Amino acid sequence: MASSRRIFLRNSALAMVGVGAAPVWLERALYAKGDTGSAAGGSGSKILVTIFQRGAADGLNIVIPHGDPEYYAMRPSIGIPRPSQSIAKEDSVVDLDGHFGLHPMLAGLRPLWDARHLAIVQAVGSPDPTRSHFDAQDYMESGTPGLKATNDGWLNRALPAATGKPSPVRAVALGPNLPRSLRGENSAIAVDSLSTFQVKDSGASAILQSLYSGSHDEVLNGTGRETFEAMSILQNLQKQPYQPAAGANYPKGRFADNMRQIAQLIKANVGVEVAFADIGGWDHHVNEVGAKASQGQLANLLSEFGQTLAAFHRDLGDRMGDVVVATMSEFGRTARENGNRGTDHGHANCMFVMGGDVKGGHVYGRWPGLAKEQLYEGRDLDLTTDFRAVLGELVSNHLGNRNLKAVFPNYDGTAIDFRGLLKA
Amino acid sequence: MRTRSLPSACLIVSLALVPAFARKKKAVPPARPAAIVQMTNSEKTLHALNRLAFGPRPGDLQTLDETGLKKWIEEQLHPESIPENPDLEAKLLPLETLRMSSLEMVRKYPPNNLVKQMVDGKVPWPEDPQTRTVIQKVAQRYRDKLGLATDEKDQFTFDQAVAAVPQEQQEFLKGGTPEQKVAVLQSLPVAQQFDIVTTMPPDQRRKMFEAAPLSMRRRMQTFAGTQQVVNQDLADGKLYRAVYSNRQLEEVLTDFWYNHFNVYLDKGADRYMVTAYERDAIRPFVLGKFKDLLLATAQSPAMLFYLDNFQSVRSDIDADNKKPDAKRAKRGLNENYGRELMELHTLGVDGGYTQKDVTEVARCFTGWTIREPRRGGGFEFNEKQHDQGEKHVLGVTIPANGGIEDGYKVIEILSHQPATAHFISKSLAVRFVSDTPPEALVGRMAETFQKTDGDLREVLRTMVYAPEFWAQDAYHAKIKSPFEMVISALRATNADIDFTNAVANQLNQLGEPLYRKQEPTGYSNKSSEWMNSAALLGRMNFALNLAANHVNGVKVEVPTTTDPDQMARSLMGTELTPASLQIVQSGLTAEAAATPVKGAPKPASGPSLVAGLTLGSPDFQRR
Repeated sequence: MASSRRIFLRNSALAMVGVGAAPVWLERALYAKGDTGSAAGGSGSKILVTIFQRGAADGLNIVIPHGDPEYYAMRPSIGIPRPSQSIAKEDSVVDLDGHFGLHPMLAGLRPLWDARHLAIVQAVGSPDPTRSHFDAQDYMESGTPGLKATNDGWLNRALPAATGKPSPVRAVALGPNLPRSLRGENSAIAVDSLSTFQVKDSGASAILQSLYSGSHDEVLNGTGRETFEAMSILQNLQKQPYQPAAGANYPKGRFADNMRQIAQLIKANVGVEVAFADIGGWDHHVNEVGAKASQGQLANLLSEFGQTLAAFHRDLGDRMGDVVVATMSEFGRTARENGNRGTDHGHANCMFVMGGDVKGGHVYGRWPGLAKEQLYEGRDLDLTTDFRAVLGELVSNHLGNRNLKAVFPNYDGTAIDFRGLLKA
Repeated sequence: MRTRSLPSACLIVSLALVPAFARKKKAVPPARPAAIVQMTNSEKTLHALNRLAFGPRPGDLQTLDETGLKKWIEEQLHPESIPENPDLEAKLLPLETLRMSSLEMVRKYPPNNLVKQMVDGKVPWPEDPQTRTVIQKVAQRYRDKLGLATDEKDQFTFDQAVAAVPQEQQEFLKGGTPEQKVAVLQSLPVAQQFDIVTTMPPDQRRKMFEAAPLSMRRRMQTFAGTQQVVNQDLADGKLYRAVYSNRQLEEVLTDFWYNHFNVYLDKGADRYMVTAYERDAIRPFVLGKFKDLLLATAQSPAMLFYLDNFQSVRSDIDADNKKPDAKRAKRGLNENYGRELMELHTLGVDGGYTQKDVTEVARCFTGWTIREPRRGGGFEFNEKQHDQGEKHVLGVTIPANGGIEDGYKVIEILSHQPATAHFISKSLAVRFVSDTPPEALVGRMAETFQKTDGDLREVLRTMVYAPEFWAQDAYHAKIKSPFEMVISALRATNADIDFTNAVANQLNQLGEPLYRKQEPTGYSNKSSEWMNSAALLGRMNFALNLAANHVNGVKVEVPTTTDPDQMARSLMGTELTPASLQIVQSGLTAEAAATPVKGAPKPASGPSLVAGLTLGSPDFQRR
């Protein structure tokens, strides 16, 4: 009885989206928590946003272990300097806890750290030894490192079972292609841009909708159905232009646009449960860092990255209480710089976990050190936390899907391996 | 004694009687597939055009029937025997950078950083007076974009530019039709053309652009920046060839092999190297020997730059330096190319190489570099950068002091690995046959590869003449990539493309921007990768726009019928299923009866609606 009442409310709320904001009492009822521990995903209150940094982001230059002298010995040209009198703030580390600090272009995330909404996990990643972008991204997105036969993605499997009719936009990726992470049995859509997500001619739209739903072609039938259902939901959203919350300043760029649209979708209460965005360009084999830390390819990328995360956080405001954002990259980069002011493919990396329910202001995971004998294969940061321990905790304790064996089938870890990132 | 020799004589005789094929070899050939249900003859014709070409143009099915399938296939396997489409040659003619070396391109259409050096006097201006004028005007006009100091007197308005033009022409520039404006423009010297075009209000400029002949349009594009013209020509070339070339298989293969040996256009100096790369290192080799193609890509500046090998030097290069320059970046080995050469270009990720092999291969290629990469220079072997030590690659010892030969040896080794034969055969089969091609077929292709020293034409023959290629299961089994969908739609509607910008933008939106796949993996050949909501929506909208002649720069010919079956036959070469026919017919009836919504845009109707529905239908998404 309870679940059907929630669905009724949600459906009415959808009908009201075009009219104006739903009344406060209705919103509160919509976000009433489902039974904890059950797989009743219809609660729809908790949202997981995952961000994939494609190209193997250099974690050691993003969350800098400035307390480790080896770091500077191994990166004489591209190490990010410790704060000092003689170096401008924007060219040196933003210290977090005396041992780790942020790249200066991520200074905008410092307030989130101080507010305890931002946690960092160090020396985390996939245990698979591959250093192939293609394979490693595949393994991380399928959630089964080492297994190539997996057809679907961890984020799709992570969706709690829906009771009743699931929202067609419960799983949404921003961009032209559906990412590997979201492939699978549960309906997931790729939206390139919210404002243009419709067939331009309404008469043709109806006919095409029938053609696709009547098609025996499984792939096209399925994609067609998802497309048209999502279109009808998103059409309501397009009636008013979106205004981010005051003070939420998204920078220019594709990634920022995508995250802003995710914020818009979340705030529109259309039933988003998981969202995905990616940002490429991290494969810095050459000229990773410019003459100063605030210059160069990594700095430019981190500038958009950091400002976007900060804006997203500000934009969602109180809703951040229901949202967790997790970042990941297929592997890290070599501890030593290479011959071209860059780094090559490595192993462990760092992850950001951000949200109101997160126990932020702390770096999680055991730091293995950067001495030669502590490095993985003598060259890379060693792994001390499996990325599935991090994502597993978020799927289980934030989204409420406790069937981790189904989400990460070849993962041996259990709840004991959770780092304790979330408030109880 | 004689009896003893008799058995041997019998043996010899019996050997002679045994048919040749049984005598040939001991190895058991891969199992021949048991009776595979084949397509019908008319399906075969369409299948050939959908797989070995970018889809039929009006009349192509009939022509192929008259020519005969086998003859057509053999012709396509020998593109030099096919006279090229004169329409194509006319469209390619003004795109002069397509015929230039990278060096010439840099000189005549300099990149922004080079223009700055010209202004600073570090590099001479181009010799050709017209080119020099344009570059100097560009430099003046865009001083702030180039990071140069601006001068007040270099900035002026449209009115001031018009005032400098002969009196009797001024009114045409200000108030005339676009055609009249173009006529005036053509009579002016280059410097004044520049002033008029760059100060004209954007809307008027756009209309003038659309009314101008190709050569004038190109000149107008150089006024915006010479660098863009290079990439514009490249995109134009690829789109025009795919739509208009009679040598369709060669174009499909060029697309396949560029993707296999992917280079990202927007990586720095690559902007000026991709044109020559595709023209000189890919297209000429697509029906030749794989090892020649591999070597051409290995020595191409585009690849050397994209995968960083041009900067890869022996790790001890600075060890002897008595006075190390603290500011100078530390130089050393870069493994990027070494890895991708094996993982993506030859053996495949499961091909049996190790991390050690990657490092050793990288050592072999040290010194394979580019002469003046930022100036469009060519391949150069730099002895001083080369690691002369002994190497071990895939179990083969490469002796010390091999110089440039080390790289050649690696190419030789990799080209002849069975894993390479299999990996290449499988990649081809995924593109041309199905997302999950029968292993038996891949095995036979790999066998041909090995037996013919990697002759790609022969490998294709094995594939194209195999029963699996014409199996009923393979018919319409592949979903078109965005590029394939767009090109096949343009061909089906006999599109006349005046300028390509809208089409290129459409491809960006559909997720396959030309030459711009960032990762070395290239775009996927597996069709299932392309099917998701955003892409499907994009295709449907493109189909409707194209059929209604709303794609800027493109004019189509839609068959003058509103009968859905006739339309499907004309555009797709097949009829609709009875169910689809029913849907479309009842939908059209409802459309016609519907009362128009006040304020809503006028809905499409008639043949263009039916054509749009056909091109946007599930059936058209498959090949």
